[in-house]
Parts: sequence; structure tokens; C-alpha cells
Amino acid sequence: MSTAITPLSIEEKYADMIRQRENEDGSELSILNLGPTHPATHGIFQNVLLMDGERIMDAEPTIGYIHRAFEKIAENRPFYQINVLTDRMNYCSSPINNFGWWMTVEKLLGVEVPKRAQYLRVILMELARISDHLICNSILAVDTGAFTGFLYVMQYRERIYEIYEELCGARLTTNMGRIGGLERDLSDTGFRKLRAFMKDFPVAFKEFEALVSRNRIFIDRCVDVGSITADKAIAYGFTGPNLRAAGVDYDVRIATPYSSYQDFQFEIPVGKTGDTYDRYCVRNEEIWQSMSIIQQALDKLPEGPYHADVPDYYLPPKEDVYTSMEALIYHFKIVMGEVPVPKGEVYNCVEGGNGELGFYLVSDGSRVPYRLHFRRPCFIYYQAYTDMIKGGLLSDAIVILSSLNVIAGELDA
Amino acid sequence: MALDYTTVQEKLTAKFGEEVKDFTNDYGMLAFEIASDKNTETIQFLRDELGFNFLTTLFTIHYPDNDLERQFAIVYQMHNWVDNVRVRFKIFINGENPEAESVTGLFTCANWMERESYDFYGIIFNGHPDLKRILNMDEMVSFPMRKEFPLEDGNRTDKDDRYFGRIPQNTNLN
Repeated sequence: MSTAITPLSIEEKYADMIRQRENEDGSELSILNLGPTHPATHGIFQNVLLMDGERIMDAEPTIGYIHRAFEKIAENRPFYQINVLTDRMNYCSSPINNFGWWMTVEKLLGVEVPKRAQYLRVILMELARISDHLICNSILAVDTGAFTGFLYVMQYRERIYEIYEELCGARLTTNMGRIGGLERDLSDTGFRKLRAFMKDFPVAFKEFEALVSRNRIFIDRCVDVGSITADKAIAYGFTGPNLRAAGVDYDVRIATPYSSYQDFQFEIPVGKTGDTYDRYCVRNEEIWQSMSIIQQALDKLPEGPYHADVPDYYLPPKEDVYTSMEALIYHFKIVMGEVPVPKGEVYNCVEGGNGELGFYLVSDGSRVPYRLHFRRPCFIYYQAYTDMIKGGLLSDAIVILSSLNVIAGELDA
Repeated sequence: MALDYTTVQEKLTAKFGEEVKDFTNDYGMLAFEIASDKNTETIQFLRDELGFNFLTTLFTIHYPDNDLERQFAIVYQMHNWVDNVRVRFKIFINGENPEAESVTGLFTCANWMERESYDFYGIIFNGHPDLKRILNMDEMVSFPMRKEFPLEDGNRTDKDDRYFGRIPQNTNLN
């Protein structure tokens, strides 16, 4: 068996194009490999670019560098063990993925989640959205040359992670929640940290906006870069802030409200031209809207249980597991997936950091899903990237990539 | 008047007659099955006549225990944003030569989703502009999401030091 590395077919094709073309001034086209591991790509994706000087003539993306076969693994695992896979998709906003998955399971099992748990989930999901958008926008500023703003707001992502820690003990891959609610109520320290965050963050974020939003260099780098029309965005399957920047007000939180989103007042910011600057502005405004949702949820937070009374699916308290036989049996049965599961096919979607995050679960009544498909927004809209960078400059391609907020974990699953 | 499932069902039955069947309302979403050669026509009808403007997702399910003619199901899910209605439908195709018509002409976003189905299940989409593997390496020869592939192959040799360059069994590098 020979192990010689054959050149990519795309490189051969581009080489032919280079040979055939003669520029008037005697210059030549060239091939540039952007990635797979390039600091400016924020993840592992390769793009083979055909360049005419600084201008991109053609591009061929290659993805799958961190493909971990989650859909295949999920066919071999009970529900509780699948939650840890969802963390690792969009790792900038893991709680949204976690709760999206629990809501899918709850829909299949017919579990009603109590109001307090729903409101707490909303708070955590909106915190996750803030941290997701915060990363995207501050990194976009870094890519255009403004490092300071990133440092200002990174402290607040840390503060959000500390709130996660109060609930689940983890920071990045949270593995949060249970079937029917949460693993524990948010502690007093957690609420104190949340209130402190609500008080301090707007000040810092205003400073960030003042630093970046009207900055001459930033505007020059972003306005009319990577524009996409609404029709094209829909055809390419855009959802989330990238679609809204193109002027379409589709938001899963409004279209199919889940987890009591119908109880809150908020607005869907939309852009006009779908360029990088609009995407930046839409994300910024969504952060403010998320702050308002969290405030409303905190004000209206009802008293009551933080999980549904479903002993078949909700893990018993740990101290009982160690002391009582019955709790131990239930714990074992739930973890091993030996619980009644109905047959059925259920689709559930949530508004993830990047758009409609869908879970399509086919259950045949056994302990593991028969098929689980993740509708990953990144995977679907990243195919527009080639189209968006063609004809532009290389440095614009970098800015477009970070404004689309393509997360490698979600792209490759 | 807002679109509801009864209207969708009536219009589809009027258009396709016997070829559309098994209407169910599964957890709040209208689901049906359509003849395997009618997928593009159905999507065009849903998009142009009934306003389903968005192809939410497209993926494949493998049913190795079914009859040979019905071993793969391709699931299409569409969403009408104006009336906020979702539908999904399946086509069932042959297990040995899985082939289906590509819908990339109607929705650009189907491109990568169909490539994903080809990559993991080996479904050939006729009329696809660039049908090749997307997440797995190009040299792979098997279709790993099919049910006959266990999660880990008991006979795998690629963890052996002799193959430290990691050339998995199901790979042809020539």
C-alpha cells in the first residue's frame, strides 16, 4: 500500500487554471492554503484559495477536521450520556445546546417542566447567548486590529462562567440540566453573582461599544464587506443573527416559543444589508435584549420546585443514592437507560447562538435513540462562505469568517 | 387565512393522489410519505404553491430490517415562515442502489446536506453539482452511519504500532 500523499484535486484544478491564464502585466495567479490551523480562522477549517494578487478568485472549503461522529455515538448511548455530546458542538454557548437536548427528550416523554425551572433555563440560555455574541463581536474587533475591546469584555465571560459553576460546577462544557428541570436550584451565591453581573456588565459593554462601533477603521473594514441579500440568505439556509442582519426577522424564540419565552417582552433586531457591520450590530443589540430578558425573568421568577416530579427520569438526590436502596436502584436504572421510552419521531429546535439548533430524535422504544440528527446552523450556512468571499480581498475573508461566527465544533459535530 | 395542516393535506392529496400517503401528526408536526421519485416535485409544490420558503433540514435514516425497496429514508423538513407551519416528509429508497433526485436546484442549502447523506449513507443524489465526501476523509470506502457498522470494529488494526501512520482498514490509499 503506497502512502504517498496525492495532491488535492482542487489544487490540480487550480494549477490548470493558473497555467491557462495570462495576465497582461505578466503576473500570475497563485494558490493559497488558508488553514487548516491558522490563528485567524478560530477553529480548524481549510480553505484553498485561488488568488490574483490580494483578490480571491475562487475558493474551496474543506471541513471535518474535528468530526467526532456524534450522530453515530448517540445511536449507542442513553439520553443522559448524549447531553455531554451536545456541549461540544457550539462550545461558546453550551447551556443552549444542553437545554435544547433536554427539551427534545421532554417533548418525547411528555414531561412538563415547572415554571421556575423554565425561567431559570431562560436566564442561563440568555447568559450563554451573551457570552457567545460577546466572543464573536470582540474577536471580530481583534481581527480588524482592536485588541483592547476584547480584553475589556473577556472578564465578563469569566463572570458568566462563574454563574454556570454555581449551578453545575463546570465552565465550558457544562453538561447542565436534567430531564424535567435542573440538577439544583441556583444558589444564593449564584443569584448574587448574577445580580452583580447585571449591574456591572452594561457599563463595560457600553464602553466596548463606544470603543468599537463608531471606530473609523472598524467601519471601513466592515461596511459592505460580505453582504448577502435576504433571498440568498434564505436559500443558503441562514438562521440566527446572520439571517437577521440580512433583514429577515425570523427567530425561533418568537416563531415557536419554548421554555416560557412567550412570557417575556423583547425585540428582534434586524439589519439591512447583511454585511459584516450589520451582523456586528445585530449581535450587539441582541446582547441588550438578552439582558432585558434576564432582568424580566429575575423579576418574575416564581417560587416552586426546580424540577418536575418524574422519578422515572429525574436522578434522585445524591445523599439518598448513598443511603437508600430504592434511590440507588433508580439512579442505576436511569443512568443505564433502563427507563420506559415511547416510540416516536420528534423534532425540537431552539434559538442557538448561531441560529436554529434542531434535534431530530427517532426513538424505537429502546434505551438508545434509533437515529439522532443535529441540525447545526453553522454547518448549513458555512456553505455560503465561498460565495461571500469570492471577488473580495484576503483580509476581508478573515473578517467575514469571524463575523459569521463559525464554530468548528458545531460545523463538524 | 392562515395555513393549517388540513389545507396542506388536502392540497397535497389533490396534487399527488395515491403517491402521497401516511399523514400523521407526530408531536405537533405534519408528517407524510411521498413516492421516491416525487421529492423534487413535492418540494417545488410546497415552496411555490404553499409558501414553504425554507428547507430546515435534510438527512437520512437507515432501516436495514425493511424490505429492500424501503431501506433508506430521506427526511425533508420544510418551514413556512409567513404562516409559521412546519411539515416533514420521507421518501423511501432502495437499500442496494440508493439513489434519489437532488434538490439543490430548488434550495442551495441542500448542497452540503446531501453531501453529508452521501458521506455517511452512500446515497447518490442525481443532479448534485459536486457529490463527494464532506466530513470524512476522501479515501474512505465505507459509509459509516449505516447500521451494519458497529461503533468500534472489534477487528481494527489501526491501533497497531506497525501502522503508526494510521491507515484504517476501510481506507484505500491507492
